[in-house]
Amino acid sequence: MSIIRNNIRQFGMIIALVAVAILFQILTNGIFFRPANIANLITQNGYILILAIGMMLVIITGRIDLSVGSLLAFASALSGVLIINMGWPLWVAIPAVLAMGGLSGAWNGYWIAYKNIPFFVVTLAGMLVFRGLTMLTLEDGTLTPFPDLFHTMSAGFIPNILGNTGPGSYNITAILICLAVSLILIYMEFRNRKVSIEYGAEILPMPFLIAKLVLLVGAINLFGYWFAAARGMPNILLLLAALIVIYSFITNKTVMGRHIYATGGNPKAAELSGIKVKRVVFWVYVNMGVLAALAGMVFAARLNAATPRAEAGFELQAIAAAFIGGASPMGGIGKITGAIIGAMLMGVLNNGLGHLGIGADIQLAVTGLVLLIAVTFDVYTKTKVSKTEKT
Amino acid sequence: MGTLEMKSITKRFDRVLALNGVNLTAADGKILAVVGENGAGKSTLMKILSGVYPHGEYEGEIFYKGEACRFRDIKDSEKRGIVIIHQELALIPYLSISENIFLGNEQAKNGVINWHLTYQKTAELLEKVGLKENPHTLVENIGVGKQQLVEIAKALSKRVEVLVLDEPTAALNDIESENLLTLLLELKKEGITSILISHKLNEVLKISDQITILRDGKTVESFPNENVDENRIIRGMVGRDILDRFPARDVEQGEVMFEVKDWTVYHPEIADKKVIDNINFHVKKGEVVGIAGLMGAGRTELAMSLFGGAYGSKITGTIIKDGKTLMLKSISQAIENGIAYLTEDRKQYGLLLDETICRNISLANLKSLNTGLAVDEFKEKRVAEDYRGKVDIRSRDVQQHVKNLSGGNQQKVVLSKWLFADPETLILDEPTRGVDVGAKYEIYLIINELAKQGKCVIVISSELPEVIGLSDRIYVMNEGKMVGELSKEEATQEAIMECIMNH
Repeated sequence: MSIIRNNIRQFGMIIALVAVAILFQILTNGIFFRPANIANLITQNGYILILAIGMMLVIITGRIDLSVGSLLAFASALSGVLIINMGWPLWVAIPAVLAMGGLSGAWNGYWIAYKNIPFFVVTLAGMLVFRGLTMLTLEDGTLTPFPDLFHTMSAGFIPNILGNTGPGSYNITAILICLAVSLILIYMEFRNRKVSIEYGAEILPMPFLIAKLVLLVGAINLFGYWFAAARGMPNILLLLAALIVIYSFITNKTVMGRHIYATGGNPKAAELSGIKVKRVVFWVYVNMGVLAALAGMVFAARLNAATPRAEAGFELQAIAAAFIGGASPMGGIGKITGAIIGAMLMGVLNNGLGHLGIGADIQLAVTGLVLLIAVTFDVYTKTKVSKTEKT
Repeated sequence: MGTLEMKSITKRFDRVLALNGVNLTAADGKILAVVGENGAGKSTLMKILSGVYPHGEYEGEIFYKGEACRFRDIKDSEKRGIVIIHQELALIPYLSISENIFLGNEQAKNGVINWHLTYQKTAELLEKVGLKENPHTLVENIGVGKQQLVEIAKALSKRVEVLVLDEPTAALNDIESENLLTLLLELKKEGITSILISHKLNEVLKISDQITILRDGKTVESFPNENVDENRIIRGMVGRDILDRFPARDVEQGEVMFEVKDWTVYHPEIADKKVIDNINFHVKKGEVVGIAGLMGAGRTELAMSLFGGAYGSKITGTIIKDGKTLMLKSISQAIENGIAYLTEDRKQYGLLLDETICRNISLANLKSLNTGLAVDEFKEKRVAEDYRGKVDIRSRDVQQHVKNLSGGNQQKVVLSKWLFADPETLILDEPTRGVDVGAKYEIYLIINELAKQGKCVIVISSELPEVIGLSDRIYVMNEGKMVGELSKEEATQEAIMECIMNH
């Protein structure tokens, strides 16, 4: 059962996530699983999730990017200036901000990959530079409001195809989307199983597969129900889902993904196997820049304002999410879904503690402890797994 | 002072017997030379003497001044006045000479260092070893030869009675070596016993009083340095039956397929240091060519510079393959042009230790597994299974992590990676290093199979019997130059050593 053994860490994190959520449900007397709160949980953490995806790739290469929090702030400031002050249409402004993010990432990547400057220094410098640029861009203070469309993209919900049928009714779109996703999932699992059998690869025994599908489909449709009972499925969830699918595909299935893992796992061996390690590192930082810019716009649109005092410390949350989600600080190990689970665990903790009336101070401390526990757990299970594997 | 004796020392690493009942006697105030091939067990023996491998990890006894010694660690042996200077210098580059000399032995009172005393003592020590440098100079700013002297000064700063030097002159030039040997003779006058491990037989003959020869983890003989010449020592070092250790190969050799002309490479950091000096060689189809030489001869540097410039700067010269001149700007181009380089250090440069066997094998040729957007993981797995069977990688399955395999099986994984890349020219750098005898034989079989398929195989090995046993033709390298070419018939260990010595 190497499939289960190899994924013990992921299962563990999911169980922890569910357990914490249930704990909060009990402690908050049922507030936690209220549909509106679940929708909140997604919209509140959207930009951290986006950052965490990019950060996971950076961490897999054995590096870190400290500049993304500032870059996020800069991107939100720039979107404010372009959209609110200069009145650029969204279809020009959004690509422009993403391009700026890519260039900023390229700036970091150039010094790190091609000039061998330590990543810590380069991205620390970037952190200061982009923060400075943010303040410079928003010299006149907060810019607000954005056009409705921009705001809705991040803070809005997918409308009910039956029209707004008033309070107390269900949003049918959310339910339909979740049902469709469930069907696609079931189809893909069975197709994959069929191909695996053709190639004689190891497969999950049927009862396990069914259990897995029941759980997954159940979870998806539970969310569907929650969204339907609230205001519908958050728009941002569609964006997140797309990013998760694309980046999971890249890391798991493509040559590029393999090169990223190899670069982090053993850069010298990767280089001697013909992998252009510098190029890989450079593009991973470019990608991080683009995602940080995207997260910046999501953040600004949700607040419906571009503010120079946009919260600091997002980069640390993204890094923590990746480590909680099972990334190795040495590089070479980590999964996109891990980053998502890690970020969600932090989000659930903050949200739940908030409902219990526990302040941000304690929330931070708890997050710190969770980070430490998760990584400690990692270190210990890893030594155990490798011991049982030894031949 | 007194005599140092090591009696029937036996040391095992897992199942491998590194030392098998070795006896060694270093007479009081004399210089003992310990010689033997790479892997004969010299360094292991010295690590036991100095407590790196503590009592209990080996069998046998050490007697010093007639007392049995059971060292727990290096500190313990140093307390008895036995100090070892390792092959790789253990100095800290960013500290000064005096800070290095008194590192761990600071001239301090209540934790506060007395720098005046430190510098005064350093000056005395430097005077003694004949090093004219300021005690404040940082170690990174002095050459290797002077660093070696600092190491000796450091040893002298502790109450040293027996000084063990492991290949002290390997990295030194002639003048520096000369100075060092003179210093050892000086120390001998003061009554210090020295044990010298060296490959340089001329040095051994020059200064030693007694010569002990190790071979395959055993003491084969020990004789005083009287009326002895290099041939006598070489015969002692070699002298073994190497007939059936290498599987026979019956291959028809073809045309010259891989040729290197006027190849010159400079050190990547030290701009004017020539590492490879105008080298020419060629390999025929189906031929196995060996490159022999001592450590630091530039063999690995040559191989890596040929492999798309993986080593060195200002590379000049031409590579001709199949009559076509190759311009290789990167490693990936080298691989595309059918060149593979198997590294001498698989853990550092060869493997993704945290990854599976499967993913390691596919790494250098993922392109061929790419179907549209994604890697065909089923095909990848089949390929890995295929090689696992072909080269006999002993593992649970191809999903097992490489770090949990034995050295021999890890080496087979790296070999599989390069076989899957389907090269025409393979450069195998120390293909059997750290591999047990059985796996060695299997790797030799794979090499034979490659030759049969008409590939060019270049084998770099520090083990002379291996180079001789495997190769159809041997090139000998020394100090970045080709100093000899021997046919299979001419190739003996003596002949190779002679090429190196006469250079």
